[in-house]
Formats: sequence, C-alpha cells, structure tokens
Amino acid sequence: MAASRNAAPRKKPAKADKPKRQKHTKPGGLSMLLRNHQQVAVDSLDRLFSAAAASALTWAMIAIAIALPLFLFLVLQNLQQFGSNIDEATQVSLYMELDTSEAELLTVQNALNSHPTISSTEVISQSQALEEFQALSGFGDVLSGLNENPLPAVIVITPNTEILDQVRSLVEELATIDKVDSVQYDLDWLQRLYEILNLAQRLTLMLGGLLAFGVALVVGNTVRLAIENRRDEIVVVKLVGGTNAYVARPFLYTGLWYGVGGGLLATVLVLLAQLVMQGPVSQLAGLYNGEFVLIKLSLSNIFNVLFLSGFLGWFGAWLSVLRHLKAIEPR
Amino acid sequence: MIKFDAVSKRYPGGHEALSNISFHLEEGAFAFLTGHSGAGKSTLLKLIMQMEKASSGQVFVNNQNLNRLSKRQLPYFRRNIGLVFQDHQLLFDRSVFENVALPLQIAGYDSREAGRRVRAALDKVGLLKKENQNPIALSGGEQQRVGIARAVVNKPALLLADEPTGNLDPQLSAEIMELFEEFNRVGVSVLIASHDLSLIAKLQHRILTLEHGRMIQGATKKTVSDY
Repeated sequence: MAASRNAAPRKKPAKADKPKRQKHTKPGGLSMLLRNHQQVAVDSLDRLFSAAAASALTWAMIAIAIALPLFLFLVLQNLQQFGSNIDEATQVSLYMELDTSEAELLTVQNALNSHPTISSTEVISQSQALEEFQALSGFGDVLSGLNENPLPAVIVITPNTEILDQVRSLVEELATIDKVDSVQYDLDWLQRLYEILNLAQRLTLMLGGLLAFGVALVVGNTVRLAIENRRDEIVVVKLVGGTNAYVARPFLYTGLWYGVGGGLLATVLVLLAQLVMQGPVSQLAGLYNGEFVLIKLSLSNIFNVLFLSGFLGWFGAWLSVLRHLKAIEPR
Repeated sequence: MIKFDAVSKRYPGGHEALSNISFHLEEGAFAFLTGHSGAGKSTLLKLIMQMEKASSGQVFVNNQNLNRLSKRQLPYFRRNIGLVFQDHQLLFDRSVFENVALPLQIAGYDSREAGRRVRAALDKVGLLKKENQNPIALSGGEQQRVGIARAVVNKPALLLADEPTGNLDPQLSAEIMELFEEFNRVGVSVLIASHDLSLIAKLQHRILTLEHGRMIQGATKKTVSDY
C-alpha cells in the first residue's frame, strides 16, 4: 500500500493556473463504505424499477414460489387447533341407560372417583342434557313435544393418563359397569388427525425447502444475465481500481431486492387468499360451536417471510456472483 | 516510476510476446512505446497494469515489485495509474460527468469533492459544457478526451495510453498529445503506446521501440534527437 500513498497528487509550482488546493479529506473508512452501500442499494432498486416488466416477472415467480408454502403453513396452523385440543379429547363420556336413577348415578360416580386412572368426573343429568341440547341444537321445539326426555345422563371422565393403551383399557373396563349403556371417546380419530398434520407439516417443509432453493436459482440466473449485460462496465471498473467487493455489491443488492420484492408480493397474495377464505371459514367455525378461530398471518410472520426471501435473493445473487463475476477480468 | 528487469512474457501455447525486456522510466518522464502491431506494446502495458503476469523477470511500478502484489492489493494499485484506451471504453448508460466520476466513486470520495474534481478534469480537456451529455453523442475526439479526463481525475502518478490517437485524424491526434504533455508538465509520468511514427517524430520525447518482443531502441535513456 506504500505505493498508493506515494502517488498522492503532486503539483509542480510551475503550474499555477489552478487555485491552490487545501488538503482534501482522504477518502476511505466506514462512512465511505456506508455511503457506497446506500448509493448502490438505491441505484440497484432504481434499475429494477426502470426495467419494470422484466422485474415484475421475476418478482411474480418468486412470489408464487413463496406464497404456496406460506399458505400451506397457515392452513396447517389452523388445522392444528384441533390437534392442540387433544387434552380435552382424552375425556371419556359414559352414556347411562335411560332408566338410571339419580341415586344410581351418584353411586357410579363415587365408585369412579376412587378409580386409580381417573382424575375427575363430571355428571350431566338428563335434565341438564336436555337444556343444553335445546339451547344449542335448534330442535328445542321438537323435544318439548315429547312426553319423555329421550336424552341419557352422561358422566364425563377425565383420565389421569394420556397414554393411549391405558385409556383404551379404561374404556373397556368402564363398558362393563352396570347401568352404563355405551362409552365414547374421541382420541383415536384425533390421534390420526394429529399424525396426518405432522406428515403434512413435513411435506410443507420439504416443499418449502425445494421452492426456496428454486427462488435462489431464479434470482441467480437473473443476476447472471445482469452481470452479462454489464460486462463492459465491470471490466472498466476493475481497470480503474474497483475491488471485487465493489463490483459484486450492486448485484448482491439486486438479488436482495428481488427477494424482498417477491416476499412482499407473496405476503399480499396470502393476505388476499385469507380475505377470500374468511367468509366460508367463519361459517364453518360457527358450526363448531365457536371453538375454532381463524389464525391469520401475523406481523412477525410477514417480517420473517421478508427476511427469509431477502436472504434467499441475496444468496442466489451471491452464488451467481461467485461463479460469473470472477471470470470477467480485463484482457 | 516504471522499471523492467529482464522481463519475458510467454502465453500459453508457447508464443513469446516479450523477451528479456529491461528499461527504466523515471518519475516525471514522458515516453513513447512504439513498434509494429504484434510487437508486444499491448502486452507491455498489460504487465504494468497487472492484467497479465510476467513469465520471468521483475516489473516495478512506483518502487513496488509487482510480483509481490497480492490479488487483494491489485485494485488499490490500479487506482494510481490512469489508463487511456484506443476505443476509450466509455460507458454509454451514463453521462459524461458520471463516466469521469467513476474512479472517484470507486475510491470513495464524497460527492462534493468528486464533483469538484470531475469538473476540474473536464475543464482541463475542454469539455466542461458537455458534462450532462451522453458520451455516445460526442465526436470521436471528444470521446477520447472524456476517456483522458477519467484517467486523470484521480490524479494518478502514472498515465498509460494504448494507441490513444489510433482512431483520430492528425489534427485531433496532435491536440490529444498536447494534452498528455500538459499533464506531464505537472509531474505525471506518461507512457504512450503508438505506431503513429510521424506524430511521435514531431515530439521530442524518449522512444522505446519493440520488435518481435525485443526492445531494439530506447532501453537506455536518450531522446529522439540522439538518434
């Protein structure tokens, strides 16, 4: 570096037609680097906007590749609400025979309370069951026309175990109790749903990974073309002393903007899909007794998507730069 | 400023572009590099710019041994050399001003200082009024002047030119040479590769002549009048 300092501007006194120059501030340092970054960031975004049609195509491609797994992720999150209710699902319902008296009901309940694998019991008497049914089903009028209450009393049991085999043997045992008509529990199908969701999550992850790789490749290829288009400029820049980092910077920012723009568009797509789905989903949720709440894209989700897509764009550009930029040397 | 010590350059395939070249160009010197096409003029300039590496021997620029120049140092080294091309190598996607500002941008000057220097350089080559034009709209002579402004804007200690008047008529060529002499008068070392012998003969400067990769004239310091 000694040479570069020696080569600072030298003037001979003979040439006096120029105004005497005070010592200029030496370029360099962090502020210069930041200034260059800022300038290049704005400049590369400008370039993308000035070639709007081509850029929009790339952005759309990236957006679709990101929106697809993002949407699946959101759907899974919603479905997992059922899976997370698995605690409730281990509840076992004992439907008593219709001629069971209140006293017999209490006897059974007391016996169950001392059972080693049962943590709590709750009795829903025939009249309580009727009230609940009238309130929720909308068939109240039909029932009031009947002389007898057709609904059985129910004892809801919460086992103190979630191990499926133990719950199953409990269920078998409960079925043999006198005055018990039938035993019902929902664990099996929920367990299945849970596993299916698990599988779907894995598939979404795999699909997401593949599409992310695709995004990096799309950006990489687009940046490769940009590098080709600016070959002359790169040669000149290298000849007048541009470092590899300086030459690479605009392309890395181009990749970043492709990624961020694509991520932004993907977010908009998913938000639109959300809007379209909202009506039907809330109707469906109504049928599920209001327990189901539509999980929407959160602000932190959006932030993560933008960060990730920006990174993917940058990474794709970096791969391209690594491969193609070094090959362009002045000859 | 430039010192070649028994330098040879062989290209892959065995063609020897330069063989055993030794010469020394002092600081502040003005010299022409001449010879028929294919004699090795461009190769010699490329060795100075480190666009090529010498096969054997040593090249010094500004007392720096270029064999010891790392890839990392190369861009910083090049910032001290102004290079003028025959085809001027201007970028047509930006204005004259932005073309000349490029080396300053790379070196990290702030825009005010850069603007001042660019205008000074454009003023020097007489194109201050055309700073906002696209270089494609300029004549060949003007384009070459923009190329020269870009080469000197960073105030390099050494100015290299590869056939700078190759595409210009004698009148314009003489003007361009005058410009180089002006820079030389303020202390810039100048080395110009040219085969325009009639033009060179009019100017009283040292001449280095290459023939088939050998330096047949000018290796020791003499001016043209000595021959």
